[in-house]
Amino acid sequence: MSLHLQNIDHVVGGQSHISGVNLELEPGSFNVLLGRTLAGKTTLMRLMAGLEQPTRGRIFMDGKDVTGVSVRKRNVSMVYQQFINYPSMTVRDNIASPLKLANTPQQEIDRRVGSIAEMLHIEHLLDRYPQELSGGQQQRTAMGRALVKDADLILFDEPLVNLDYKLREELRDELRELFKARNCIAVYATTEPNEALALGGNTAVLHEGKLLQYGPTEQVYREPNGRHSAEMFSEPPINIVPGKLTATEITFDQSLHFPCDPGLQRLTPGDYDFGVRASHITLKPQSADDLELPVLVDVAEISGSETFLHVRHERFPLVLHLAGIHEFHVNDAINVYFPTHQLYAFDKQGSTVHIPSSAQGSVAHG
Amino acid sequence: MAEITLKGLAHSYSKTPSSHSDYAIRQMDHVWHQGGAYALLGPSGCGKSTLLNIISGLLEPSEGDVLFDGHRVNELPPEERNIAQVFQFPVIYDTMTVYDNLAFPLRNMNTPEYKVDPKVREIADILDLTPLLSRKAKTPTADEKQKVSMGRGLVRVDVSAILFDEPLTVIEPQLKWKLRRKLKEIHERFNITMIYVTHDQLEASTFADKIAVMYDGQVVQFGTPRELFEKPAHTFVGYFIGSPGMNFLSVSHQAGKVMFGELPLPVNEAVSRSVAAAGSSNIKLGIRPEFITVSNSPEPNSVPIEVVNLQDLGTYSLLSFTLNGQLFKARLPEGHAPVGDAAHAVFSDQHIALYVDEYLVEIGHE
Amino acid sequence: MNNKVLNNRAWLLVLPMLVLVAFSAIIPLMTVVNYSVQDVLGPNARFFTGTEWFHSILNDSALRDAFVRQILFSLTILAIQVPLGIGIALIMPKRGWQASAVLILITLPLLIPWNVVGSIWQIFTRGDIGLMGYGLRELGINYNITRNSGDAWATSIGMDVWHWTPLVAMLCYSGLRSIPEAYYQAARIDRASKWAIFRYIQLPKLTNVLVIAVLLRFMHSFMIYAEHFVLTGGGPGSSTTFLSQSLATMAIGQQDLGPSAAFSIIYFLVILLVSWVFYTTIMHMQKDKNPHGGA
Repeated sequence: MSLHLQNIDHVVGGQSHISGVNLELEPGSFNVLLGRTLAGKTTLMRLMAGLEQPTRGRIFMDGKDVTGVSVRKRNVSMVYQQFINYPSMTVRDNIASPLKLANTPQQEIDRRVGSIAEMLHIEHLLDRYPQELSGGQQQRTAMGRALVKDADLILFDEPLVNLDYKLREELRDELRELFKARNCIAVYATTEPNEALALGGNTAVLHEGKLLQYGPTEQVYREPNGRHSAEMFSEPPINIVPGKLTATEITFDQSLHFPCDPGLQRLTPGDYDFGVRASHITLKPQSADDLELPVLVDVAEISGSETFLHVRHERFPLVLHLAGIHEFHVNDAINVYFPTHQLYAFDKQGSTVHIPSSAQGSVAHG
Repeated sequence: MAEITLKGLAHSYSKTPSSHSDYAIRQMDHVWHQGGAYALLGPSGCGKSTLLNIISGLLEPSEGDVLFDGHRVNELPPEERNIAQVFQFPVIYDTMTVYDNLAFPLRNMNTPEYKVDPKVREIADILDLTPLLSRKAKTPTADEKQKVSMGRGLVRVDVSAILFDEPLTVIEPQLKWKLRRKLKEIHERFNITMIYVTHDQLEASTFADKIAVMYDGQVVQFGTPRELFEKPAHTFVGYFIGSPGMNFLSVSHQAGKVMFGELPLPVNEAVSRSVAAAGSSNIKLGIRPEFITVSNSPEPNSVPIEVVNLQDLGTYSLLSFTLNGQLFKARLPEGHAPVGDAAHAVFSDQHIALYVDEYLVEIGHE
Repeated sequence: MNNKVLNNRAWLLVLPMLVLVAFSAIIPLMTVVNYSVQDVLGPNARFFTGTEWFHSILNDSALRDAFVRQILFSLTILAIQVPLGIGIALIMPKRGWQASAVLILITLPLLIPWNVVGSIWQIFTRGDIGLMGYGLRELGINYNITRNSGDAWATSIGMDVWHWTPLVAMLCYSGLRSIPEAYYQAARIDRASKWAIFRYIQLPKLTNVLVIAVLLRFMHSFMIYAEHFVLTGGGPGSSTTFLSQSLATMAIGQQDLGPSAAFSIIYFLVILLVSWVFYTTIMHMQKDKNPHGGA
């Protein structure tokens, strides 16, 4: 099945929640909807499901106009943030409930519930009730219910957000595997760039109700089509430094200027926003023409095996993503090294005008 | 000012505990030194909240003693312990102004107003709450509310310890690091013991100088973020810290070789000797995904692996592979050469850790 | 285009509801309005009177007295029931079998039919066989609800408090249960006194249920009829005659359809006004509560 959203607007009480969204999802594709809270992810999913009607625009499934068709006739299933199960039913009956509604023969129900439970590693819990289970097991049950009926479209609305991060890691991996063998369209909403990258497939970046970019996840990550898209799709967010481009140089201020990359020389001189990934700024120089910047430490966030270092230069704040563990005190004075060859450039309208050659290379390989 | 000592502490919610599983906290000794920044890290249900409530006095331990500066405080209620606590959800008195909220603990102790006012203003200034002082406390945002609840602990001159119970749960992701910075700043400025309870490794290692990792009612390791990453003292710490966690191989020593199932592992003499000397049937080798290198052709001491998939996570790639039927993860740097289906992996010798009965055993590396 | 058609069809779905409401509310109400502007002398003899009935009702001193008594009664029972209800809720056990037992005990008065409540109290207060009436007389107190209007008042209020305080108490109890434990813990750590905990945590968190309790009780007390009719019959004299009873006397006892219709409408408007005042107050308070509600 394919799903095509054509020029979708959704206005509620005079407020635009979704505007001008065009999106074509391929049969059997796994799609991530990436955007901050209130970006319109949930609304868009509800439109896809048929729980809401668009104010303007049309929705096609397999080329058939389904704009006014109700959710009951669309064969979709949905998994929510909250762990929603029928409290008075066992896990087995919960998972079987969509099949029972469809009058599936009992033998077939048993077979499918069994295989889904096995895939989700809850086969030993089938006779328990939801309230006796941990959060992860409850969400697995809810997923089982969504997966058991052969839906054409499965929607996940931030399903892992209420779980511990270790559980999140495990379920994310399993989820990706589950969809390999299926021919339905999966749409997965998340606020976390890392989750989008881990899930792979395609990513649609949503911002303030507008679709910024859609494409294979890696490509959207490496070649963002604009500043918003780049900021949205990196954790920590890509560093943005406003500067001036002359024929041969980039100037951040009088004392901060350096020769620019040959690729940038084709741009018209003027004001641009330069983007540099948090993982590309380092504590030791990586190449001779790295720019040395004296900064003060705001805070070093340490996450197991990596460090997110928030620092401020007198003109702009920066975030560094470092491998390994680096401990600093608030207001420590240090030097960081800014890669002058790995800059993205965005014009003042926010469109991408330059992508560093290193990023282009990776996509070609991948 | 206080040094908090837990002596022979254990707690069971059951009146007649008979086995290990009846205990929320198993027999433990622990010292939190005056002025330290500590975290109590563990998954849900590990006993960390129970331990926090025992320290704050909301719960009386069933066995052992809680000592504040050497004085037994088991029976003292929270209000007599000179501690403050910040809860998961901001607790504010919403009919009062922010000012009155901050003044509340002082006024409860009948502090004269001329002493209350400068103290409230000082703390408001540190927490950037000055512009909000005259506002009703129900109007601020979640992060401001959480700062108000923290402020109520800080205004008291007699407070010797502040306990935090997952304080950033309700804070917007983009604002979290600012509050983390504030917390660090406050710790460095005031000489107060702080204990921070969380299930999130990033929260714990960012805040704390030393982390107590709890698992199944016990502190399995007490160490710096670096120690937890580089030398996990227990297999659980290896699994829980780092994303993804440590890989483990159950091994045995047969005919002078370290065997992973039927597969002899190419480990060095020191590791081999330690495995031989372990004298248990539960022997595991642990290796972090960061310390596995992968190549397409055999290298000295490499083992052949079957690649399952390669996820591009932007700043690095995650390789899943199987060895002897077991799934492993390796973390490859950005721009790593592509890997074919059948490849070879090297486990870096000096990063292999040995676990006997789940606990770390030092290997005599030469 | 598509949207338009869908929308029009949607109106049809409202139709059954509209018919239902018409039968249950609009038509009876219109009948009353119709009567209120006519003088009905017989099946075929009716005269249009305009606003005459309304004038006479508004100028009827007996009804005005009943109205004043009604307001006085409603305010008195609120002044007793709200604090008493909060007090009971505060001392109720919080968990275990005691909690269930107390809850059941407290709910008992709510389960008794209204006219039975009146009968119970009527017997209870009788000087010859009633426990309270006899007891008071034995103590030398001259207590008689059929002769002394003060006694009648006090007993009316006592009966209403006995019957309806449990409702307020239960609402408050559920309100108190919904306060997270962390608030109490934080307050202990802040060394707040019992009074401060009540004043700054429990009372603010109870405002919502209290508004509902006050609204319910106020409107309810405006409509009381059966209990008091059985207990005092409105006497002695007309000292405990409240609005509903005046109306019943006028409409059923005297068959004055025109004036009682006008009276009903005024009665209805008063209750509507009171409800509206409460509704806007609640809405206003909630807007106050979450200023970012629109986001």
